[in-house]
Amino acid sequence: MSKLGLLAILPFIGMFLGPILHNEPTPFILGLPFELAWIVGWILITSAVMLVIYWFDPVRNETGDTP
Amino acid sequence: MNIALILIALTTIAALGIGIVARSNQTMSLEQWTVGGRKFGVALVFLLMAGEIYTTFTFLGASGYAYGLGAPAYYILAYGTLAYVLSYFILPIIWTYARRHGLVSQPDFFARKYDSPALGILVALVGVVALVPYLVLQLTGLGVIVQVASFGGVSKTVAVITGAVVVALYVMVSGVRGSAWTAIVKDVAIIIVAVFLGLYLPVHYSGGMGQMFAAVDHAKPGFLAFPAHGQSVTWFVSTVLLTACGFFMWPHSFGASYTAKNAAVFRKNAIVLPLYQLVLLFIFFVGFTAMLVVPGLKGAATNMALLKITVAAFPPWFVGVVGATGVLTALVPGSLIMMSAATLFARNVVAAFSPGMSEDDTVKLARLLVPVIAIIGAYFTISGNDTIVALLLMGYSFVTQFFPALICSLAPRNPATKEGAFAGIAVGVATVVYFTLTKQTLAKLLPALPGAWKDLNIGIVALGLNVIVLVAVSALTARSRALAGRAAE
Repeated sequence: MSKLGLLAILPFIGMFLGPILHNEPTPFILGLPFELAWIVGWILITSAVMLVIYWFDPVRNETGDTP
Repeated sequence: MNIALILIALTTIAALGIGIVARSNQTMSLEQWTVGGRKFGVALVFLLMAGEIYTTFTFLGASGYAYGLGAPAYYILAYGTLAYVLSYFILPIIWTYARRHGLVSQPDFFARKYDSPALGILVALVGVVALVPYLVLQLTGLGVIVQVASFGGVSKTVAVITGAVVVALYVMVSGVRGSAWTAIVKDVAIIIVAVFLGLYLPVHYSGGMGQMFAAVDHAKPGFLAFPAHGQSVTWFVSTVLLTACGFFMWPHSFGASYTAKNAAVFRKNAIVLPLYQLVLLFIFFVGFTAMLVVPGLKGAATNMALLKITVAAFPPWFVGVVGATGVLTALVPGSLIMMSAATLFARNVVAAFSPGMSEDDTVKLARLLVPVIAIIGAYFTISGNDTIVALLLMGYSFVTQFFPALICSLAPRNPATKEGAFAGIAVGVATVVYFTLTKQTLAKLLPALPGAWKDLNIGIVALGLNVIVLVAVSALTARSRALAGRAAE
């Protein structure tokens, strides 16, 4: 695993931080209660993080996978 | 028979048809029946694994949980995403190893890695036990669908037995290939239905998404945040960790990973599948709207929330469409679960004890076991009365006990011994059994614990004990082995 693989810890921290620090339904974001919006936001970030990890993964470049 | 039931019946027959067509031209060796000959590309593995995501659990369970408990349901959105992050690193290693050694099932992997047939048998037995609540929840879903779609005309018992027979038939005619193809139809259907219901219902009843959530917040203050006790933030964090680690520990998900053509499949899936989770958001919208529109369902009846609001809002033919989608979400995973349980028991328990058994006999035995498992599942479904989410969490508490031993085995030099792995899993599983059978909670058992810790998911507590035992026993056995080695010199 490359050092970039350590980025994978981010989603774990992010996902939990919202409910731990701010366990309230408000403020509503785009109509969603805060907790739900927070988790949805982190799903999007997670996908982006995994794309970055994949992009720079030496294994991918060795085996010639195309993204 | 009303139009809703007719649509549901036609869908079921069509699914059986797809299963039979998918099977033709395929000789059914064990490898064909269970891992599709290891020839599935990105799309099919994606769907088989998504077949795990979009089950009755999502469709009826998640909406019912949002309806009954509110914010704690969000855990369902979080854990899958984190599981895919883990899968990026874990699954390619498992896949490579399984391919090199021609493994077919999950216990094969543990038995081989730890060079211990006994560990393989333990993993198989725990796997079968964990699959039972998972099967029960699919049958519960089927039962609920038929009950509601028949407008109460068909009893729960009849509905569940019919469902169990259909799932068993489906497994016996099709195997994994049928599941993969039906999974495509199922996924297209569930996405369309979920997005439509999730957008239409809040607008129809409350005038918009924001208004709907505001109304929920007004009707039940605190419902949209985690409660101070019970399903609190501690519960959320521990449950998400437990289920994220357990996601690929299910015998059938573990097995589904063997179906991939190459390891790159998993890395790509880890990018896309988190986004796929977002369909759950629409299911939550349905559950929350249902809380406003069809209030009053309690306990296991919350499983009906999505269907009840569908009946309230739409004509019977559309109830049929939603019901048929629900049937597919139970049929595909239900068949995978039944097939996994049957194969595990035939191959990794019975055949492990009788070395002379041929592969043909194993396949035959596995097929004979399918109806037996269907009967067991139907029995527990009819006699039980749990919410769908509670059933799945019970299964997760079991399968996640494999996680520490699995992770250790992936290291270049495995720090765990076979005795350590065996003892850890045994203690973890025994803890879960104790808490489940006695309905004990951490708060009752250890009243001195500080407030927040009392809400820890029991599965996580069991996992903690599992790790402690694994480390201790591994250290002891490694040392005594080293001593014995030195004495022998």
